[in-house]
Amino acid sequence: MRTGRLFTAMAAAAMLTLAGCSSSDDDSGSDSGSTPEASESSGGAEGTIRIGIKFDQPGLGFKDGNEYTGFDVDVAKYVAGELGYGEDQIEFVQSPSAQRENLLQTGQVDMIFATYSITDKRKEVISFAGPYFVAGQDLLVAADDDSITGPEDLEGKNLCSVTGSTSAERIKNEYATGTNLLQQPGYAECVTALTAGQVDAVTTDDIILAGLAAVPANKGKVKVVGNPFSEENYGVGLPKGSDKCEAINTAISKMIDDGTWKQLLADNVGASGYEANADLNPPEPAACS
Amino acid sequence: MDDGFLEQYLSLFDEFDVLAAFWVNIQLTVYAGILGLVLGTLLATMRISPVPSLRWAGSAYVTVFRNTPLTIIMVFCVLGLWGQLGWTLSADFTTNFFRFAVVALAIYHAAFFCEALRSGVNTVPIGQAEAARAIGLSFLPAARLVILPQAFRGSVAPLGNVLIALIKNSTVAAAAGVAEAAGLMKTMIEFRPDVILAIFLTFAFGFVVLVVPVGLLTTSLSRRLAVVR
Repeated sequence: MRTGRLFTAMAAAAMLTLAGCSSSDDDSGSDSGSTPEASESSGGAEGTIRIGIKFDQPGLGFKDGNEYTGFDVDVAKYVAGELGYGEDQIEFVQSPSAQRENLLQTGQVDMIFATYSITDKRKEVISFAGPYFVAGQDLLVAADDDSITGPEDLEGKNLCSVTGSTSAERIKNEYATGTNLLQQPGYAECVTALTAGQVDAVTTDDIILAGLAAVPANKGKVKVVGNPFSEENYGVGLPKGSDKCEAINTAISKMIDDGTWKQLLADNVGASGYEANADLNPPEPAACS
Repeated sequence: MDDGFLEQYLSLFDEFDVLAAFWVNIQLTVYAGILGLVLGTLLATMRISPVPSLRWAGSAYVTVFRNTPLTIIMVFCVLGLWGQLGWTLSADFTTNFFRFAVVALAIYHAAFFCEALRSGVNTVPIGQAEAARAIGLSFLPAARLVILPQAFRGSVAPLGNVLIALIKNSTVAAAAGVAEAAGLMKTMIEFRPDVILAIFLTFAFGFVVLVVPVGLLTTSLSRRLAVVR
């Protein structure tokens, strides 16, 4: 008897919880729930801009003590500067891949520079400015390994990528027939397995690999193959319908024209010997929707 | 949202095999649960044994593994044992990581199984041990025939709690590269940001469905099996 009553009570509680959740789900499209208040009080003072970057990708977006370094960070600073924000008015916010849409939708960041590929699915919920860089999926291999020159050489080899990433899925769907795919939580783990000789290659966008290869601890041990087999347009993530898109595109065009773009790229990932795919770079920012 | 939302949501299940991912979690739980319970029983026996060095070894194990984050054990197994030392548990690439994940989960939860069992041992009155000794049983037969059976019956509820924790902790196997529910959730969020909240709720609901019966079962079992004193 008691168990029966307990069960009924639990079922009722579960129903209530679910009902509560689904209604908040419904709201999320039109207004963004309770988070904006929180973010306003946390740092939305007049004249600052919150920019989402990666904190864990050397050469692109990296938090080094109190310093932020990398290509994405430098581009973000340049663009923010063009929009009228000085470096001391920028507040960098960590935005891991899986949380980027959420951060924009709930207003916790104003824009995102975080190896953010422009895709149609993402365009349904957020807007993009740019692209400011065109990356391509590539392979990172041991420095003395000449047997792998492209994805077709991976037959029977061990390959590492990050769980839930586009690159892992592409390998699984298009090349995986004879490839052993190891999925790890981050690229650092993959590079560890690569330098230990347990995997033969690490795959993701070439510029991310170049950033990893340029880290002092990995220098000379690994190299980027340089045969990209996809096209990833890195855009600036903006909340849906943002009015900043045109201004950001203008800033990106200016950055490319005055040579800053090339300089930033060389400063951040040049040490690995990597050169951006010249056929596609520098890109022309797409029209704002 | 509108009607299209339901369609968008259902298309998730064509695109991704959610049930298969949860099945991996169930398998991880079952294997790690059995291995962890066996190891935990051994540890509990060591901790109540009359041999000081065994008692010390048992409590040292529990202290170390109960206080180490599971993620660290998991990553150590994969990047340390496999990555650096080259150990393998299976010739098949994927099975290898599944087994490492099972081992890591079992090693970690054995410490908790051991402590749950030891709480059960404490429910057995000292007179039982004395009576066992009086009829001439030495430590091991006394533990096997008298103490542990009563201890198991007295610790069904705490053992159930450990099992529930194990079910949820099986998602940490994603750190070992096992394709289970948490990893699939990450993939789904990456590719379907349009239904992100629904994805979260689906996985939360999936775990509730797995865990609630375990809780109900252990509660009713603990009531039925407890030794009436």
